Amino acid sequence: MKYAGLLVMPAGFFLSIAAVLLFPAPAPRTAFVLCGLAVEGLGLVVAVRGHMEPRGESRR
Amino acid sequence: MNPIPPTALPFSEATFVLVLALLMVAPLAIAGVALINTGLGRSRSAAQSLLGNLVILAVAAIVFTIVGAALAGNLTDTASVAGRTFHLAGKPWNWIGSGRLFLGGIGSAQPQSQLALLFEFLAVALAAMLPWGSGADRLRLTAGCAAAAVMSATVFPLTAHWIWGGGWLAQLGVNFSLGAGFLDGGGAATVHTLGGLSALAMVWIAGSRKGKFPKEGLSTALPGHNAVYVLFGCLLALVGWLAWNVAGAVLWLHAPLASLPVTALNTLLSASSAVVATFAVTRIRFGKPDASLCANGWMAGLVASTACAGLITPAASLFVGLVAGIATPLLVELCELALSIDDPSGAITVHAAGGLWGLLAVGIFAHQPGQLVAQLVGIAALLGLILPLIYLLFWLLNRVHPFRVDPDGERIGMDLHELGGGAYPDFVIHRDESYR
Repeated sequence: MKYAGLLVMPAGFFLSIAAVLLFPAPAPRTAFVLCGLAVEGLGLVVAVRGHMEPRGESRR
Repeated sequence: MNPIPPTALPFSEATFVLVLALLMVAPLAIAGVALINTGLGRSRSAAQSLLGNLVILAVAAIVFTIVGAALAGNLTDTASVAGRTFHLAGKPWNWIGSGRLFLGGIGSAQPQSQLALLFEFLAVALAAMLPWGSGADRLRLTAGCAAAAVMSATVFPLTAHWIWGGGWLAQLGVNFSLGAGFLDGGGAATVHTLGGLSALAMVWIAGSRKGKFPKEGLSTALPGHNAVYVLFGCLLALVGWLAWNVAGAVLWLHAPLASLPVTALNTLLSASSAVVATFAVTRIRFGKPDASLCANGWMAGLVASTACAGLITPAASLFVGLVAGIATPLLVELCELALSIDDPSGAITVHAAGGLWGLLAVGIFAHQPGQLVAQLVGIAALLGLILPLIYLLFWLLNRVHPFRVDPDGERIGMDLHELGGGAYPDFVIHRDESYR
């Protein structure tokens, strides 16, 4: 799980780069760059969850 | 505030002397961070912590001399950009520098390039010190040095070339009409976000301090051992930061001399509003202001200003600092209580989050068409490419040379275990109840 999150994050980066390359208009370009960042955010959340130490009953 | 000139003009003699003088003062920022790292650690690891900061600085400088500066590619004898380029969608993507090893050609380099190189030496030293602070009380000294060497030879030169060496992020404005390209006046990306993300990777790989997160109940509070070090480090850092941001504005943003007082003022205002905000937040949350969190807030304000002090108005600087100051204590609490991230120096919150906020603020307040997208693409590169890369490098390094000391070393303290003597030989060291 911890490595899966870190593997998802480059996908978000390449989505942002694709947005810059493929969309000359500002609105779709901005939207897709933000989508790329959202994918990176999801990857980061998964990586953080994967690295959390198991503690207490609520986290079992 | 300032429209960014597309190319740098040759320095006048006065500008050269000014920047050189500023770069002689900027190491006070490094000294301040070193004191903060030490003060926020435990007393039985204080000497190892401060020695580690010193040695890491030295290792970073040596490795950057041997290989890093060549890959950063700022040392050129012409005004043109040197680097390796590939073409994609009809545009050049300059991705890495192609200078000479061992600072070859420094004698014939332009004066401006030499100052840029000096700035990069300070930047790489500070970036390499940040993971050391987060790994306090459990990292081997040699592992800290090895991590600094890896950063100085790989990720720092790569990032510095992309942003400061005419790389693809700096060229986003020319190639894709995204404002003036990715802007980072003082190293919010290359130093602070990079260092903060490296600290996150280090903490993830090394794990938390023993007893920090017990199986049941809340995390154990392991407060820093010397608030005076921490707060004096903050004051020292201010002096260094003023010089750092002003020098960066001249070198990387090509700011005119007349705009430099505002750059210094913005730095001070950002830190000031940040510390007042943190003071208020901790006073409301805990009933009393928290000294170490206020120090973190002050530093977060300075870090956020690093990206944008040369580009925004004083009112915007107050806002940037306010947001950094409110977010810092909340993020520190989130990391510790909810996310099991044991970060004694707070580098992940202060430097990574503060740096990212400053970079975003450039896009929000710089008022150039496309600038916000350029900043977002730069942030995407840092999070999506650099963080996984530094994690991979640290993971491999940890397999070769484990980061963490053995449990007995952690129990007796890093000073006795690694150095054979404590920082405070006349003090009684309290028994640690968390090891029972």
